[in-house]
Formats: sequence, structure tokens, C-alpha cells
Amino acid sequence: MRRILEGASPRARVLLAALGALLLAAPFLVDSYVLSVLIIVLFFAYVGQAWNLMLGFAGQLSLGHALFVGIGAYASAALFVHFHLPPWAGVFAAVALAVLAGSVIGYLGFRFSIRGAYFALLTIAFAEFTGIAVAHVDWLGGSGGLFLPVSNRAHDDLANLRGSPTMFYYVILTLTAGALALCSWLLNSRLGLYWKAIREDQEAAEALGVPLFRCKMIAVAISSGLSGIGGVWYAFYYNNLFPETTFGTSHSIELILATVVGGVGTLFGPILGAFVLTPLGEVMTALTEGIGIDGVKPFFWGLAVAAIVLFRPSGLWPWLYRLLALGNGTRGGPR
Amino acid sequence: MAGRRRAARLALRGVSKRFGGLQAVSDVSFDVAAGEIHALIGPNGAGKTTIFNMIAGMIRPDSGQILLDDIPLVGRRPDQICRAGVGRTFQIVRPFSQLTLLENVAVGALSWTDDIDTARAHAREMLALLGLGGRAEALPGEITLPDRKCLEVARALATRPKLLMLDEVMAGLRPAETDRMVAVFRRINRDTGVTILLIEHVMRAVMALSDRVLVLNNGRVIADGSPREVTRDPEVLACYLGSEDLG
Ligand SMILES: Nc1ncnc2c1ncn2[C@@H]1O[C@H](COP(=O)(O)OP(=O)(O)OP(=O)(O)O)[C@@H](O)[C@H]1O
Ligand SMILES: [Mg+2]
Repeated sequence: MRRILEGASPRARVLLAALGALLLAAPFLVDSYVLSVLIIVLFFAYVGQAWNLMLGFAGQLSLGHALFVGIGAYASAALFVHFHLPPWAGVFAAVALAVLAGSVIGYLGFRFSIRGAYFALLTIAFAEFTGIAVAHVDWLGGSGGLFLPVSNRAHDDLANLRGSPTMFYYVILTLTAGALALCSWLLNSRLGLYWKAIREDQEAAEALGVPLFRCKMIAVAISSGLSGIGGVWYAFYYNNLFPETTFGTSHSIELILATVVGGVGTLFGPILGAFVLTPLGEVMTALTEGIGIDGVKPFFWGLAVAAIVLFRPSGLWPWLYRLLALGNGTRGGPR
Repeated sequence: MAGRRRAARLALRGVSKRFGGLQAVSDVSFDVAAGEIHALIGPNGAGKTTIFNMIAGMIRPDSGQILLDDIPLVGRRPDQICRAGVGRTFQIVRPFSQLTLLENVAVGALSWTDDIDTARAHAREMLALLGLGGRAEALPGEITLPDRKCLEVARALATRPKLLMLDEVMAGLRPAETDRMVAVFRRINRDTGVTILLIEHVMRAVMALSDRVLVLNNGRVIADGSPREVTRDPEVLACYLGSEDLG
């Protein structure tokens, strides 16, 4: 916590505390619709944070993060459906498999110097391939999808992740806060500084003693592991998983858009981006419903996202940070 | 920093490197004794930077051996060679542009300490040594090119090298700045004992600093001796120094 606030003005501290308090109290303040939107916001903020760790901190572009979320989701859901293994146990398998997938991709990419766009293509290929493979495995529900029983939603059962939206809200809020704290701690550690050096100039970093391969592998492992945990939550919240929508590239893009809009490489970018994009999508849906033409909403939504990226190419957070004067005058920029 | 003697001996044995049809470095052998300052001079394209890149592990020689205190360096990764005690600067500066000067230098210090606060403290010392003490929180884009060259040196020094390789760090400096830089290297060499190998076109600096001068032309060593001997060598005069200002 001390680290998160390092370099922040008193005003920023007050704002962060107020935001935290509001989020904690939200289920008691808002109706079920707003709560369902907030849940999605926090999910995107969480997964965005995990993805940001790889690109924003360590400079490795993944466009296949749906793979890690999907693996986490399918692993925990299948174990629950077939063996009644509760998700608190299933999450270990989910993380292990997601990290394994991330490590394989990382190993191939970093050992054979597949960089930038080519590395991104590698991540897409793995995600799409896994989607196709899952569609052919009956044990995972095949192309028809994997469904969790929705029966006992009456009372909150945290261990089995069965319960009310309020319970899911607090789980994802905890995950998001935890990811923020973890990233903030990492960013200020030796590893975090190494990642930033690699992001800026990997050969210069290597000449200063930075072990590139190890640092990048750790970044991928942490990022894919966090995404896998997000996948467990995703499976138990939605109760149904379909291969194409889970592993598809459009899902990967959906998972990272908030961070792109909020500010890649910043701590609060993923959170801000999610708070802007998800409600924006909801408003657009409401506005365009009356028109009754297919594709109107995606069109205007895409236009809005393009406008943000065009006018604030480094994201909304750095801009908001300066606008609200959240720094305390020391350098180092928005975090 | 005072009292720490950190010097290494460097030896190249028959080192060659070819880029496509170009023999950039051919059969180069030389020794740098521990604690000495050697200069590597020669016309543009002579292969000087390529030799640095091979010592630092960025480029693998086609043949030959490179030894740091009898440790073979060929085949090791650049980060391992850095940790073995070789610090280098880049001819075209390569700062981490989104990181502050302090963070830039702290990356180097993290090669010998896990503790980020220790690294930052050491980075401050190095910045002060190079005259950048007041700009610790600036970004590299906000300082002048000569200052960025100093940043490059501070970063390399922060790794606590036993061998410091400087690639044209004095190019573009005004004479007063050159003299200050020369004084800094003299002091570092005296205080820590570090061995220094410098590539330099500024003969004023070469003459002031070097124990020995190595002249390279077309990838071959054509002279190796004291600054006086080398500047009188007719072959050197013909291919290189004849056209240079001896400062
Ligand atoms: N990575 C590379 N690939 C292909 N050719 C290269 C490479 N690096 C250097 N060369 C070529 O090798 C030759 C030697 O280059 P090098 O950079 O070592 O020269 P130099 O002595 O440092 O010259 P300068 O004084 O201009 O810096 C040049 O002709 C250069 O174009
Ligand atoms: Mg050169």
C-alpha cells in the first residue's frame, strides 16, 4: 500500500480511499443491474492487470490471453462437473495448466527470438488452436459447450463459488485489489525494474546484467497464472463455456481493450479503462436498442474506442493523472 | 568505493568476425594488463565496435578466444559477461527512455545487489560522479547528448566492472567537458583499479589517458604500443593519424 501511494498527492490518497470505500459499499448502494455492470468492470480490470504485466511492464505483446483465461475456466469447470472438485481446489489445477501453457509459448518465443508482432501471432495461434481442440473433446463439452449446474444459488457458498451476484462481486473485487497490490509491489522490485528496462531496450538491459530469458519467462508465468485464476471466476460466474467464444481472438481483444484505453504500462490504466469501456458499452446498447438495426452498437462502440485511442494514444490514465494533479511533484509519471 | 580494487586482465587470441562478404575483424590478438588504460583507435569501419561487441557477448566471434582473467567469455551471454565484470557503453547511446536517470543507473547496480534501495543509493553516487547528481529524476530525453553519454558511463560503472569498455564517449564533447571526463576516468582508475579499454577518436583524450594504444585498420591490428610510439609509426600516420587532429 505504501508503494502504491508513493509519489501520490494527498488528493490522490483521498480519491483512492473514497473509491475503495465506494466499491466496498456498492452492493448496498446500487440495484442489481448496476451491480452486474460493476462485476464485469472489475473482471476486465483484473484480467487487464494480468495482461498489462506482460506487455506494459515486460514489453511482450500477447493477443491470445483468452487462452489462459479459457484454460483456467475449462480446467476448474470440468473438475467441478466431473469430480465435484470445488473451485478453491480446482484453481490450483487451473493456475498450473495456464502457467504451463504460458511457459510453452514463452519458451518458444524467447528461445527462438520471436519478437513483437510475431510473438503476438504465436499467442493467437495457441489460443485458436486450443479452442479448436476443446471443441473436439467431449469430456470438455465439445463444441456444444460445458455447463455448470446452476441449482443451489439460494445461499452463498464461497468454497464452491455458488451464490448471489453480491458474492461474485466481492470475490472479483478482492481479486482486482490483490492484483493491483501484487503488480504495484512487483513494479517497485528488482524484477519490475528489470522488466521496464527490457521493455525499453532489451540489448542495453542485457549488457547491464539483466537475464532476459528468465525475466520474460517469469512475466509470462505470473501473467498467465493470474489470468487462469480469472478464468475460474469466469466459469463459475457465467456457468457456461463455449470453445469459440472462450478461446477466440475476439475474446482476447475484449480482455485487453480496457487496458489499451486506460493506459498500457500504468497501474491504474486497466481499472480506469474498464470503468470507462464497460459502462460505455451499456449506454450504447441502451441508446441503439430503439433503432433496431444489427451492428449499430458495435459500430458506435468501435468508433468511441477508436476516438479515445486516437486522441489519447498513451491512454486515459496518464491524461487524467495530470488533469487532476494526482502527483506530488516528484518525477516518475503516472502510475 | 575507495579501497575496492577491482581489475581484470583481458586477452584476445586470434579473434575474427565476418559479416557476409566483409571481414570486419581478422585474427586480432592483444592483451590489456589489469588496471591499465588502453585505447583502441582507427578509421571508421575498422572493426573497433565489433571487437567490443564480441567481448561483451553481443556478437559471437567466428574464431578465436577471449579471456577475462583466464575465464573464457566466448559463448557466454551478455548478462553473464556483465556479471563476470565487464561493463560497456554503447557508441550510439541506448538509454531506457521512459525511466528516470536514477532508474537507468539503478538497473546496472542491480547486477550485484538484490536490494532496490541499495541500488538506488549507488546509482545516486554514480550520477554525482559523472556530474548528473542534480538530474536524477529527469528522463533521458530531457538532458543534452553529452549528458546522455555521461549517463551511459554511469550505468556501465554502476555494474562495478573489473573491465570498463567505453565506445567514443567523448565524441561531441567540448574540450572542457573532455578534460572533465578524462579526469573522471583517471580518478575511477586510480580509486578502483578498474581496467579501461576505450575506443576514441578524440586524440586529446587518448594521449592524456592511455598507457597503451592499439591501432586497428580494416579489421587488423597495425600498431600496439605507447601513445608516443604509435603516433610516430609511419603506417599509422599514413592510414589514420595523418588526417586527424592530434589535439
Ligand atoms: N551487425 C553487423 N552486421 C553487418 N555488418 C556490420 C555489423 N556491425 C558492423 N558491421 C560492419 O563491420 C565493419 C566494422 O564496423 P565497426 O562498427 O566495428 O567499426 P568501427 O571501427 O567501430 O567504426 P566507427 O569508428 O565508425 O564506429 C563496418 O564496415 C560495419 O559496416
Ligand atoms: Mg564504432
